[in-house]
Amino acid sequence: MSLVSIMLSESVTNPEVVAKAKDEVSFGVDGFYKYSLFGHEAWLTTTHVSLFIIMILLIGFGIIANIAIRRADPYKKPGKFLNVIEYIVETFDNLTKVNMGEKHGYKFSNYIGTLFIFVLTANISGLFGLRSPTADYGVTLSLALITFVLIHYNGFKYQKAKHVTNLFKPIFLSPINIIGEIATPISMSLRLFGNVLSGTVMMGLVYGLLPWFAKLIWPAGAHFYFDLFSGAIQTYVFCMLTMVFISNTFEEE
Amino acid sequence: MSNEAFVLGCSAIGAGLAMIAGIGPGIGQGIAAGHGASAVGRNPGAKGNIMSTMLLGQAVAETTGLYGFAVAIILLFANPLIGKL
Repeated sequence: MSLVSIMLSESVTNPEVVAKAKDEVSFGVDGFYKYSLFGHEAWLTTTHVSLFIIMILLIGFGIIANIAIRRADPYKKPGKFLNVIEYIVETFDNLTKVNMGEKHGYKFSNYIGTLFIFVLTANISGLFGLRSPTADYGVTLSLALITFVLIHYNGFKYQKAKHVTNLFKPIFLSPINIIGEIATPISMSLRLFGNVLSGTVMMGLVYGLLPWFAKLIWPAGAHFYFDLFSGAIQTYVFCMLTMVFISNTFEEE
Repeated sequence: MSNEAFVLGCSAIGAGLAMIAGIGPGIGQGIAAGHGASAVGRNPGAKGNIMSTMLLGQAVAETTGLYGFAVAIILLFANPLIGKL
């Protein structure tokens, strides 16, 4: 956990020190507003701003979609916007059914859909000039901790006490099993964080170090790879691993 | 040379060394991509499934490289060693 405290304390409490190390190269960590939280000095950074922008966007989309669905006439053909919404919902229903089984999969379509849309929007927000919120370890760690809680909630729900006793099945392997359980959220969050942060660092280097004539057209290709391709793949992987880990707890033997 | 400069320089070298961790995932992802290509060659109908399985496996294999990346980033931007002087 010291790693978490290092990253959080440096990026949230003291962005100036982080920013001082580079004069030209900007990785987008800027503090806007200083406040004190339980005696600690903390900052509102670009991460919070882009998180709020994404939240407002997604909530607005949700409200508009809700209104469109309520006003829909079931006896007529659905319009274009309604078709898109139906397609999104059906995609997530099918995805969870295929990966988590017919019986329980449907219940998780809400969570997986929310997670997928949020992480995808956050990852490709680098394309629109925001700093990807997922390039901050606090965001990815909290997403992974939600998954961690879900895994163990469902483990206790479907396997009862076996969920604990399975850890000690071969008794000499129990330390490895317990470490593996704890390492799950850390590796999931570090995977997403590392991928998005590496994209941010690479784009920061491209824009910060090159002279103006050397960054005319080709950074669009780099944006395509680091923001769109890598972001979409990591979103897919994060949701896939969440589904796999949760559905592992369904087996009733 | 001041102590701080020495620690900073050694941290930069350490960050560079930590990125050697990128070799492993590179080799692993290459092997996965090669086997994926041969699987598509044998069974072109299953291209979608092979693609998604391959990408999932590659992303998981990438984790070890990202641990090295995290160490390098910590050494460069959130150096814990400076505070110990």
